[in-house]
Amino acid sequence: MNQQVDSAGGAQNRTSVERKGDRELVITRTFNAPPSTVYRAWSQPELFQRWWVPKSASGVSLVSCDMDVRTGGKYRLEFGAGGSDTMAFYGKYLEVVPNERIVWTNDEGEEGAVTTVTFEEQGGKTLLNFHEVYPSKEALEEAIQGGAAALPEQLEQLDELLSSIGE
Amino acid sequence: MVQYVSPPLDLSFAALSDATRRGIIDQLGRGDASITSLADKFQMTLTGMKKHVQVLERAGLVVTQKVGRVRTCKLGKRGLRAEAEWIEAHRKLFEARFEALDEIISEMKQEGSDESAS
Repeated sequence: MNQQVDSAGGAQNRTSVERKGDRELVITRTFNAPPSTVYRAWSQPELFQRWWVPKSASGVSLVSCDMDVRTGGKYRLEFGAGGSDTMAFYGKYLEVVPNERIVWTNDEGEEGAVTTVTFEEQGGKTLLNFHEVYPSKEALEEAIQGGAAALPEQLEQLDELLSSIGE
Repeated sequence: MVQYVSPPLDLSFAALSDATRRGIIDQLGRGDASITSLADKFQMTLTGMKKHVQVLERAGLVVTQKVGRVRTCKLGKRGLRAEAEWIEAHRKLFEARFEALDEIISEMKQEGSDESAS
């Protein structure tokens, strides 16, 4: 089952997000600059951290950002939301081809996805393709349901509600 | 995206007020199952299980499909809704990221042209 959601905008470059098959999420977008420029903005930590955490993600900021963007290198991003709690995302670069592609693991979870981003020249512009492959259908479902883990919670709330009103 | 009309919330509350039915939802969360296998698992009669599944179906929590003589149950559109929401959340996040990236790219292009001009 494929679902695709496109953002509106005619002349603007559109962000397309699509679930492909059982284990993949694909995001594509065109940028008005050659691949070398887009690649630099993606691979240099001081540039990367200026856009990866958008201002609209209210309250969350990047506490630290270590990226050694080369094949075999590691990265670690730490996010904080004001308090002492930070959340870390980390992994290693499986493959780095400057101006063309970066492949990395997401090791903070049990069954993390492998992410590939490619930069493709298209008449002076760049077609960027961001592609997450989960190790199994279940892992992707888990990620989706994890985002919507409301049902068990709802059931608990329901249990509480029912016991409070007495059956 | 298909727009579903959500069944009233009290229907799902009523559907989930029964421990067996909560068990069925839990079970279907691990994978689709036929009415027969659910009846076996919960040690109930087929008729009893059919009634439970009907209640869950009316609340939109479960969808059933009959293929040949076997009626298979799976989690209802909440699962689909979760997927749609997940995709939408990704789209919003990446749209915001890529807008910020656009700004940085135009800065970089600016700097590049400054350099070549100087």
